[in-house]
Amino acid sequence: MGTCNCKTAWDELNEVIDAYRGQESALIEVLHRAQEIMGYLPRDVQEAVAEGLNVPLNKVFGVVSFYHHFSVEPKGKYQIAVCNGTACYVKGAPAVISSLEEELGIKAGETTKDGKFSLAAVRCLGACSLAPVMTINQKAYGLVDTEKAVEILKQYE
Amino acid sequence: MIRTLEDLRQFQRQQEEHMRKQAADTKAKVLVGMGTCGIAAGAQEVYDAICDELKKLNIDDVVVAQTGCIGFCAQEPLAEVILPGNEKVLYGHIDAEKAREIVNQHIVGGKAVSRWAVNGGGMLPEGEQDEATIVPYDEVPFFKTQVRIALRNCGIINPESLGEYVVRDGYLSLAKVLTEMTPADVVEEIKKSGLRGRGGGGFSTGMKWEFAHKQPPGQKYIVCNADEGDPGAFMDRSILEGDPHSVVEGMAIGAYAIGANKGYVYCRAEYPIAVRRLNMAIAQAKEMGLLGKNIFGSGFDFDLEVRLGAGAFVCGEETALLASIEGQRGEPRLRPPYPAVSGLWGKPTIINNVETFANVAPIIHRGADWFGSIGSENSKGTKVFALAGEINNIGLAEIPMGTTLREVIYEIGGGVPDGKHFKGAQTGGPSGGCIPAEFLDTPIDYDNLAKLGTIMGSGGLIIMAEDTCMVDLARFFLDFTQEESCGKCPPCRVGTTVMLDMLNRIVEGKGQDGDLEKLEELGQNIKAASLCGLGQTAPNPVLSTMRYFREEYEEHVHDKKCRSGVCTALFQYYIVPEKCKRCGICAKVCPVQCISGDRQTPYVIDQDRCIKCGACMEACPFDSIIKR
Repeated sequence: MGTCNCKTAWDELNEVIDAYRGQESALIEVLHRAQEIMGYLPRDVQEAVAEGLNVPLNKVFGVVSFYHHFSVEPKGKYQIAVCNGTACYVKGAPAVISSLEEELGIKAGETTKDGKFSLAAVRCLGACSLAPVMTINQKAYGLVDTEKAVEILKQYE
Repeated sequence: MIRTLEDLRQFQRQQEEHMRKQAADTKAKVLVGMGTCGIAAGAQEVYDAICDELKKLNIDDVVVAQTGCIGFCAQEPLAEVILPGNEKVLYGHIDAEKAREIVNQHIVGGKAVSRWAVNGGGMLPEGEQDEATIVPYDEVPFFKTQVRIALRNCGIINPESLGEYVVRDGYLSLAKVLTEMTPADVVEEIKKSGLRGRGGGGFSTGMKWEFAHKQPPGQKYIVCNADEGDPGAFMDRSILEGDPHSVVEGMAIGAYAIGANKGYVYCRAEYPIAVRRLNMAIAQAKEMGLLGKNIFGSGFDFDLEVRLGAGAFVCGEETALLASIEGQRGEPRLRPPYPAVSGLWGKPTIINNVETFANVAPIIHRGADWFGSIGSENSKGTKVFALAGEINNIGLAEIPMGTTLREVIYEIGGGVPDGKHFKGAQTGGPSGGCIPAEFLDTPIDYDNLAKLGTIMGSGGLIIMAEDTCMVDLARFFLDFTQEESCGKCPPCRVGTTVMLDMLNRIVEGKGQDGDLEKLEELGQNIKAASLCGLGQTAPNPVLSTMRYFREEYEEHVHDKKCRSGVCTALFQYYIVPEKCKRCGICAKVCPVQCISGDRQTPYVIDQDRCIKCGACMEACPFDSIIKR
């Protein structure tokens, strides 16, 4: 696990923790905010949350590791998510994922060595009319195929 | 601030007057559908282009507004143009350029561009087509048989405006229950309506409320399950994005009925627009006194908060959802005690789904008898289905219970694209099952779906055509549930893993005699022994496809064949020598150079080296390459 030395981010995080100080039930809420601020949830962030909310560190880690949304690894600058819901699956999402894997030289769930891209196969994004769908940093691209997906990627290089 | 029913009526009149005045002062109103899929398809660019074009033309008497999902997702981005005194025109598949032309021709010129209109005469069934005309929405096949109760405001109002919700009788039901009805009356009315849970189980909503109502007074909670996890279902997202106040009002009514003064909406983090609009609706309701202390002077207090999920399918299960709201790992627990007796922090708690809550206010407003008159004998009202997969009109359709699958697929859905044959429909997502073509005429309701071995679920309806492999599809769902199993109970954790291993072997061509029998037995055991709904339903997609498509499983196991050409280990690409024109394009595109031939001899694929990427088949200009 890495350590983030970015001071302003820490200030922001501490404000969030202060707002929920001692409220055990706000744990998931605070982790959401922490991940938004820090980009991921390394050990020192989890420790700060644990202390602030008065929750044992092992419980914080238990929650972080349980939910897909939380990550203990830094993610790429551009986060690619390919929807692997049923509608997208039936319409060819697996082929899109493998073409992106080949293009980036990583597997789904990994980040490129230069920290630029991370690739994930995600659960239904609910935009089934545009299947297959992929998103890059929340911007959605619909009706993609193996070629179009790789082309879209080029806009981010 | 709204403190009495009269205040609300006055606010409603003011808003109506405001809208009337606006309509009188303006030349036209343009509504752009800006739900998630609209925005992903480019609705923002369309919205900006319309505003920009109007500005360029110095037109300031046209209102441009956003609305939620209109439901006809296949036609996104959608925009509706309303000229006073004329039929509304709904434009589909528009982009910035078309938007500018619509401004010029329709708004300025007064003539609708009917060839781009979803309700243009060209969309009518063959024989009735007339490109030049505009028809009312209810003549368009997609809208014709729909009855919109839960989606009553979606695509019509601006979801970010409380006033527009109130104009359509919003919060009148809440006023009615707080000023005229006792909590027991409300429970009775909902029970009488026959409303059943729209999230999966189909349990009577009124009975559920009654359990919590009968608990001794004290701290109670009401929770809205907005953790819409079934892949392919997006009606809850659409309601939250298109009409968030309907959920707030439904929850407030439920809270009054059971005696709760605190509520939570547990929403997926994957739905950022839904979360934003919901928070906005809650803030507006609080500001106007429709949430908070002493609502309508009745002494009833109610406060509502949104809690975010974090990507765990199991949190759609009610006890897991409650654990997650408490800030814990979302692991289910044994029931009983049911949440109605012991839920959030051990207090009586009612959990209903988004669509269920959206049905509550209309039932109170128009009466249980009205609601009970719609639908089939034991399934009252309507159900919203999300049509997706191999179907022309992908979108949301709200239909009376008891409508046949054939009507939904062929009339509303417009059939299967590219002339392909319908093979089956999957309902209920990873917890549901498959309905084959022979049952197309079955009326859809809770009981009939159960008889077919599937469930209503949340209403995802994925249509599959002949080129979908049922074994691979079942494997896909099991892969989903296996990964989403929380791991607490062994039948689900270990059982789904073993089932998935077997299916993986089968699609890889390593199936053995006896595999199918083992799969069936294991599936039954997992259903019987799992702790929660996730495990109890996880084998359903496998068991139901085995029931209706057994021969495909047999072929995979015994003949090592995949008739749909999906399981790569079980088919070969083959160049038909008689059809090969010897152009050599296939050999050029082959990434592993395994195709050989020349001008004289037909090309041949070296099967040992072929990686089955399919590039040759895609590239062949003469369709000489087949899968076999």
